[in-house]
Amino acid sequence: MPLELTAARPDPALLDLPWSVPLEDWPADRLAALPRGISRHTVRFVRLSHRVLAIKEIKVDLARREYAMLRNLERMDLPCVEPFGVVSGRQTPEGMPLDACLITRHLQYSLPYRALYSQTLRPDTSQRLIDALAVLLVRLHLAGFWWGDVSLSNTLFRRDAGAFAAYLVDAETGELRPSLSTGQREHDLEIARVNIAGELMDLEAGGFLEEVADPIEVSERIVDRYRELWFALTESERFETGDRWRVEERIRRLNDLGFDLDELAMSTDLDGTTIQIQPKVVDAGHHSRRLLRLTGLDVEENQARRLLNDLDSYRAATDRQNEAEELVAHDWLVSVYEPTVRAVPREFAGKLEPAEVFHEVLEHRWYMSERARTDVPIRLAVRDYIDQVLPAKPDEQSVLGVDTVEMPVVAMFDD
Amino acid sequence: MATVTFDEATRQYPGNPIPSVDKLNIDIADGEFLVLVGPSGCGKSTSLRMLAGLEEVNGGRILIGDRDVTHLSPKDRDVAMVFQNYALYPHMTVADNMGFALKIGGVAKDEIRKRVEEASKILDLDPYLERKPKALSGGQRQRVAMGRAIVRSPQVFLMDEPLSNLDAKLRVQTRTQIASLQRRLGVTTVYVTHDQVEAMTMGDRVAVLKDGLLQQVDSPRRMYDHPNNVFVAGFIGSPAMNLLDLPVKDGGVQFGDALMPISREDLKDLGSHVTVGVRPEDLDLTETGQGLAVTVDVVEELGADAYIYGQAKAHLVDADLDESEAQAKPFIARVDGRRPPEKGQTVYLRPREGHLHMFNAESGERMGD
Repeated sequence: MPLELTAARPDPALLDLPWSVPLEDWPADRLAALPRGISRHTVRFVRLSHRVLAIKEIKVDLARREYAMLRNLERMDLPCVEPFGVVSGRQTPEGMPLDACLITRHLQYSLPYRALYSQTLRPDTSQRLIDALAVLLVRLHLAGFWWGDVSLSNTLFRRDAGAFAAYLVDAETGELRPSLSTGQREHDLEIARVNIAGELMDLEAGGFLEEVADPIEVSERIVDRYRELWFALTESERFETGDRWRVEERIRRLNDLGFDLDELAMSTDLDGTTIQIQPKVVDAGHHSRRLLRLTGLDVEENQARRLLNDLDSYRAATDRQNEAEELVAHDWLVSVYEPTVRAVPREFAGKLEPAEVFHEVLEHRWYMSERARTDVPIRLAVRDYIDQVLPAKPDEQSVLGVDTVEMPVVAMFDD
Repeated sequence: MATVTFDEATRQYPGNPIPSVDKLNIDIADGEFLVLVGPSGCGKSTSLRMLAGLEEVNGGRILIGDRDVTHLSPKDRDVAMVFQNYALYPHMTVADNMGFALKIGGVAKDEIRKRVEEASKILDLDPYLERKPKALSGGQRQRVAMGRAIVRSPQVFLMDEPLSNLDAKLRVQTRTQIASLQRRLGVTTVYVTHDQVEAMTMGDRVAVLKDGLLQQVDSPRRMYDHPNNVFVAGFIGSPAMNLLDLPVKDGGVQFGDALMPISREDLKDLGSHVTVGVRPEDLDLTETGQGLAVTVDVVEELGADAYIYGQAKAHLVDADLDESEAQAKPFIARVDGRRPPEKGQTVYLRPREGHLHMFNAESGERMGD
């Protein structure tokens, strides 16, 4: 059977990889990192034409299905790993057929949750991870994606101005529907809760989790955070006709949560004394879209919020409130943002994403100013940050732990 | 433990002109292993999810025991989806891996310990309870994952294609293990598969669905010997039953050169044509040149038996294929593996008495006994 490669933008260098060898036995010199832990399927990372790819060995129908699913999610602008292709028709030189491979692109600066726990952490890391996962789950559910295997292991996290942004990694069990029933959403939520508790208990048993945190309590946070957010985004509201400002107020509340309203259904009762509003479609990324429009910077939601705040302060400090926002944004980009992120020496470039560096410099400046009891200019803050803080940070551009460290249950039988 | 009842249960998706599951009626006995089987899109997974509370029920009811669960949330139904999440945690002991979901559910420590110990005896895991999963073999790990569902002691186990990502060999081993475990536990189980061999080897009873409609629910033996219609006849059995469109004349059907007699009573209902089914193992080679002429294309030798695949001088039918596709299907017969015919040879086959299945050529429904 000939080797078959399905990819949107195929890279001929892919054909040089040792497809006739079971993934498990790929030579170390081909791998971008040595495998850590074990996952349900064999997963390896390779470096190819200056990028890192994750390769998962899996049955061909499942590989094709997951590839198509990831492509759909990508098209719908949902945060997930980028599908790269499927290689099928593999066989050993002896003619033994091998499972297909699903290839995804490694998400730069993303972190598996276990990698986060091997660093010194702020005590509320679990909570921030779960908050990010709740946002991801709500976004997926709003789009009609029924995940089926929600867990920290099946998610990658990117730093987002001190918080995290979550990305879906594993779509194997997922289904896309026009919309989800309450039962389906609750099912995902229950799976999430049990998996998160299990994952945290496992970290605790391995001595990675500070003992004060109760895994069960922490895992319940996913349910609370999800419900709060779902309610805020989808609840319908009824008020007197005179209180029309509440429409504006609702839109502002959605924006504060990072969502934009795409469609709002509004209806009055028979005698027209009350109005009912119901948000129908909301899109995440309110701040990041605004920043993209103003500056061309494509960053995570909280980073965008942070950058926009700094832009506002710049506008106030330079007394340009009456000028076109685009013009001020351009000047801010050239005179504040770019000099700051360019100041990072090349050897430290792999530590943090530029937008996260900018966020950290702003934080650092705040502490410096507090200590000095006066405003510290950003160029001094950058210099001090690069001297004092950045060198101690780990490289996070390509943290390539296998995303799950759970044991494969399905393996060879002993009896 | 409990019975499960689908009572006219219906699921219709918004915007779909026809229901995905249409007035499903099945009574599942306490402790029974029922398999839902059918081609993709037949409604089997939807039916299971209706029972689990994951699909809304638009009409009819679903009962677990005497309790109407039609509108209960998944959590409140006391059912367990087995194999949904089968990861084991490496730093936790086998006992903790089995019992952690109970801990989350707020079950007392002593009770957890008791249930884990009980389950571990059934699963032959008691010597390993304090070990880490790493120390276990693959089969033992699989049983720990099953144990996680067992300790919850649900009223019903639900399994949706649990073996679909295993390779063929592992699939056979695991299916035996699941079936024997279910019998030891005696918990009512509903199992979904697209694989009729899996269905026939595992289920106490098998329910065949097509296009959202229940075709037949019966024991595997009864289903095999007595398919209710042409679809079930063609779907159950591997290799599949041969289905032919044959003329009716002179008190029987014309099977090639041979006239197969039919009882007077059955003859009453027949039109001029009838769909006749005969399984590959219910055919004999005739020495006399009497019967249906088949030109052999392929001989598949299996040792004791051999299967021949050939072109029959008859009109083949298939419930799901159009006429030309059906005609292109081979006619299959099992013959003695020691003296199989050769490729290219024309052989004459005659059905064994009492092994012809007859179906109305129009409706596809079974006729006679």
